[in-house]
Amino acid sequence: METTASYNDKVVRQFTIMTVIWGIVGMLVGVLLAAQLIWPQLNFDVPFLTYSRLRPLHTNAVIFAFGGSALFATSYYVVQRTCHVRLMFDKLAAFTFWGWQAIIVLAAITLPLGITQSKEYAELEWPIDLLIAVVWVAYAVVFFSTIGRRRIKHIYVANWFYGAFIITVAVLHIFNNLAIPVTLTKSYVIYTGVVDAMMQWWYGHNAVGFFLTAGFLGMMYYFVPKQAGRPVYSYRLSVVHFWSLIAIYMWAGPHHLHYTSLADWAQTLGMVFSVILLAPSWGGMINGIMTLSGAWHKLRSDPVLKFMIVALSFYGMSTFEGPMMSIKTVNALSHYTDWTIGHVHSGALGWVAMMTIGSVYSLLPRLYNRDGMYSIKLIDVHFWTSTIGVVLYAVSMWVAGITQGLMWRAVNDDGTLTYSFVESLKATYPYYGLRLVGGLLFLAGMFIMAYNVWKTVSETKPAPVAVLDPA
Amino acid sequence: MRHESIEKSVNLMMVLIVVAISIGGLVELIPLMLSSDATEPDENIVPYSALRLAGRDVYISEGCYGCHSQQIRPFRSETERYGPFSTAGEFVYDRPFQFGSKRTGPDLSRVGGRYSDDWQRLHLIDPRALVPESNMPGYPWLAERELDPELITSKLRTLQFLGDPYSDEQIAAAAGDVEGKTEMDALIAYLQSLGTNRRSRR
Repeated sequence: METTASYNDKVVRQFTIMTVIWGIVGMLVGVLLAAQLIWPQLNFDVPFLTYSRLRPLHTNAVIFAFGGSALFATSYYVVQRTCHVRLMFDKLAAFTFWGWQAIIVLAAITLPLGITQSKEYAELEWPIDLLIAVVWVAYAVVFFSTIGRRRIKHIYVANWFYGAFIITVAVLHIFNNLAIPVTLTKSYVIYTGVVDAMMQWWYGHNAVGFFLTAGFLGMMYYFVPKQAGRPVYSYRLSVVHFWSLIAIYMWAGPHHLHYTSLADWAQTLGMVFSVILLAPSWGGMINGIMTLSGAWHKLRSDPVLKFMIVALSFYGMSTFEGPMMSIKTVNALSHYTDWTIGHVHSGALGWVAMMTIGSVYSLLPRLYNRDGMYSIKLIDVHFWTSTIGVVLYAVSMWVAGITQGLMWRAVNDDGTLTYSFVESLKATYPYYGLRLVGGLLFLAGMFIMAYNVWKTVSETKPAPVAVLDPA
Repeated sequence: MRHESIEKSVNLMMVLIVVAISIGGLVELIPLMLSSDATEPDENIVPYSALRLAGRDVYISEGCYGCHSQQIRPFRSETERYGPFSTAGEFVYDRPFQFGSKRTGPDLSRVGGRYSDDWQRLHLIDPRALVPESNMPGYPWLAERELDPELITSKLRTLQFLGDPYSDEQIAAAAGDVEGKTEMDALIAYLQSLGTNRRSRR
């Protein structure tokens, strides 16, 4: 064991820097899409710049490139620190970095070319899917072997969440993508119709539940206590909400298919479990927020902690909103509208991105042998820019969505429809404008972050950090 | 069993995680796969013809599902606007399904025959020429791209392999059906077929 004396922070640094870069790329595409919905001329009649081809690029870039890199970075950091060992298999860990980046680049090439399976968040065609499976297995091997070599008896709670996220994403990815290739760039899935729909939303909802929730709760369980300088609020709560969260999430997929041709019993199961899901979700939020007990005063001076607490607040808000939207009568109004888009972004920007941003600000100085980021002031500016951005985004899409839902169902006294479809689109344009402003603010915050990160890392040289002996 | 024993064994924890995450999916997916309601075609529902299949793949490739659903819910406001609500038996030859999850544009399940081929062609090239308020992008390049006859043959063979009831004669004739046709022709053929093989039309 020649290199066990120091942590493998190289791969963590690589993923952390790529988190910031992919965040900017993914959100830049998002802003372009938001503008195209107002000014369709911005498609320029160029195939690879067209909204419908770029939309999956945006979702893949923010989920798998930005979110994925953040999860790799923090899980590799956290598992070493909490197990008091160096990450196992340096070369395999390096392979996961370069493999994941290659997948992202392949996605960025194939999706604008129209090479797609059309299953949301699983658009990538079969050769890339195979590569994802290989990289993911390598990730699992690195992560779990490191836990296997830990020098303390207990596995820390953050690693339960990271572990569940890694295992479940592998299962979801493999089953949803089973397909027979026609050519290198085209395949047909083995499922059809409603079975395929159920399979897809079993995958799709748990891409949210595990990629964007369990993984990020792992991040939360390390970086919030660390930044607050306080222990996790409740051990018992973390046990109860971990097992209930991972078991219940897997049932919630059918709420994406309410009132469709999917069998009623499946829709009902999806609704019931989605409503129950509120409890374990709020268990996580409460455990995170209450960790600040006795340290609330730190919010006055520490914008990094502000990012984390606002992230947890958005997590609580969107995990209340989600179960509510899963109730069939509410879903009858909200489904197919921009309300769903607002819900997704209060989760993706409010929870996922803000938790990531807070964690990166907390992590980066330690990776680069510094006491803190280059500028605390700029973190504060970033905090307010992105908070205002998310709020504008969410509020405009709520109003737009409810407007659309009400206009679609409005009938005159004689039973005829009050509005044509395009009238609902016309009513939406002002909110699309407001959403664009929100998105631009959030993106601007990311540029502020990039500058701060650049100033932080360019002035110092990283030094190896010795593995700490367990206390 | 105290939780401590799980926390101290990574193998036990991995096994229990797999158990916890497996139940929901198994309960929701297996009965559905075995249910004839979900897997048997409605009356008149047949596999896509070669040209329509090519058109469907254009629809998928261009990402139309990002803004258009193909799933009419059983509400009066929806059946009034779009036509009879969707049933599971309509979709048994759909690989993958195209229900969609957002309506930036209207549902297309029953759009077949609602507009002329010429309307569809003009609209796909420049949507705002026909609907000034629309924010749909134009797809002018579809009219310039010819279909690959060899590709459609391999596609039908793959679908036959997957169990869709294509006859060998259909597959032999497929290349000829798309010969000289553009992606635009195929997409319009697909759109014009949507909802037309339902028994009760409004």
